[in-house]
Amino acid sequence: MITASNPSLPATAADLPEPKRWGDRLFKTITFLSAAMVGVGFLLVAYVLIQGAWPAIKLYGWSFLSNTHWNPVTDNYGALPFIVGTLVTSLIALLIAVPLSVGTAIFLTDLAPLWMRQPLTSVIEMLAAVPSVIWGLWGLFVLMPWLHDVPYTWLNKHFSFIPLFAGPIEGSGACILTAGIIVAIMILPIVTSVSREILRSVPDLQREAAYGLGATRWEVTRIAVLSYARRGLMGAAVLGLGRALGETMAVTMVVGNSPKIHASLLQPGWTLASVIANQFGEASGEIQRSVLYEIGLVLVGVTILVNIGALILIKSIETPGSRRT
Amino acid sequence: MSVLAVFCALLVVLPLILVFFYLLKMGFSSLNLNFFTKVPTAAGENGGGMANAIVGTLELMGLALIMGVPLGLLGGIFLSEHGSERTNGWIRFGADVLNGVPSIVWGMACYTLVVVPMGGYSAFAGGLALSFIMVPLVLRTTEEVLVLVPHAYREAGLALGIPHWKITVNIVLRTAFKGIVTGVLLGLGRVAGETAPILFTALGSTSWNHSLKEPIAALPIQIYYYAISPFEDQNRQAWAGALVLIVIVFLLSTSVRMISNRRKRA
Repeated sequence: MITASNPSLPATAADLPEPKRWGDRLFKTITFLSAAMVGVGFLLVAYVLIQGAWPAIKLYGWSFLSNTHWNPVTDNYGALPFIVGTLVTSLIALLIAVPLSVGTAIFLTDLAPLWMRQPLTSVIEMLAAVPSVIWGLWGLFVLMPWLHDVPYTWLNKHFSFIPLFAGPIEGSGACILTAGIIVAIMILPIVTSVSREILRSVPDLQREAAYGLGATRWEVTRIAVLSYARRGLMGAAVLGLGRALGETMAVTMVVGNSPKIHASLLQPGWTLASVIANQFGEASGEIQRSVLYEIGLVLVGVTILVNIGALILIKSIETPGSRRT
Repeated sequence: MSVLAVFCALLVVLPLILVFFYLLKMGFSSLNLNFFTKVPTAAGENGGGMANAIVGTLELMGLALIMGVPLGLLGGIFLSEHGSERTNGWIRFGADVLNGVPSIVWGMACYTLVVVPMGGYSAFAGGLALSFIMVPLVLRTTEEVLVLVPHAYREAGLALGIPHWKITVNIVLRTAFKGIVTGVLLGLGRVAGETAPILFTALGSTSWNHSLKEPIAALPIQIYYYAISPFEDQNRQAWAGALVLIVIVFLLSTSVRMISNRRKRA
């Protein structure tokens, strides 16, 4: 950039001439190496996981992803139950959390009185700060017994003809649905805060135009705001999905730890992350450990892809200068 | 429709209230002097405590701080002061992706890199796994804060003939110091509650830790083991430990809020 008053002066730090002093060059190298650690760290993790998983990859090939057995004695392993468990719990979590989060975001940006907005936002941030193991503890001793006594027995008694709610339920209440509910609670804060940012970035002009055409309050929100922000809200949901896929501790404590696929939501299951948490420390034999590395590889691959998708969706809606207070 | 939105907001706040209520109700009664001074007893015996776990959590947080913050800080400085727009965009993207990796993967990586060669679980391995979580976090928050420092400060330094690196260290960093501290505290708050990375690196223990090469107890992992144990005394201690843990985490986030509010008022 060339300024009008003096064309030869640099206008930004990027225009500065390359550092000639050794102090500057040293500093730049040190900071560059630190930043490059991000790439190095990623490559390191990928290398470690692939190296650990290699024996299992050689042994099972692609059938690992469709096998449903889990037998440490005969070394017959398959990851399909965990993939299904992860997908189902994440789907349940999304179905519960996204409507609640978007509703709360709408409340925070449009409907709440001004004095309420900051405290409510702080409360939701506090929700995010609660560690996963504490959610697991609360889920294990408070939520699960209540879920078992009230909704599950009722669902099982009246609706067991639907395969989703069939089957004998565990006395403890540990099942896929419980895990889904806990994960939903855990992704509420991030989906709410990102949705709020997205809704805030919708230009005022959109709302004013809708009001000018005579829309009611809800119509303004639905037509002007939500359709404009649709891609960003999808990005918020996908970000929540990325978080839900990786939830480990809370899920381990309430999912029931069963390596079988059941059609019913009220039956126990397992997820990719929680099977690693349960079995990695006590894996007997090289093959079982290698299988767990492969599960970790699948988990990391899926999580990274989902997060990249989320980042692309979110960044595509934020244009500079369109923020609303 | 507005009623629905209010209802959503209420449902979102409800779990937090319930968690707090139960933590206080079930955990407060088990907080006694024994809890804060004794180590865990044999399974089934009453009267143990979590003293080593509390100290262990603080120790692991310190390790993660020492190992993670310098790298994240220097990396954030690079992103905001040097480099071209394109490479910086990629590094930023990479840091955001790394932030989203499940923390158990860092535990697995550290297990292979440190625990296996060293021949045993250690506090060092646990601290390293936790620092992997801290580096991308501190990198992004540092960069965001440094970018906010007005350009005029740097230009004034240049006009005085100060070398570029001295400008960054003495002027820019000093101006953004509170924001950087905020980012570090946020990272520490997240790291304090992490269980999965230390499951197979630091392992947890039932005695005091005396060196970096030994396993170390930590609150989250102790809570996990006690919660799934069949002994009722240990379950009660799990609640008490959870109460202590959440107090630590909330102290960290309140100090974050206090620091940033002081900055706004000044």
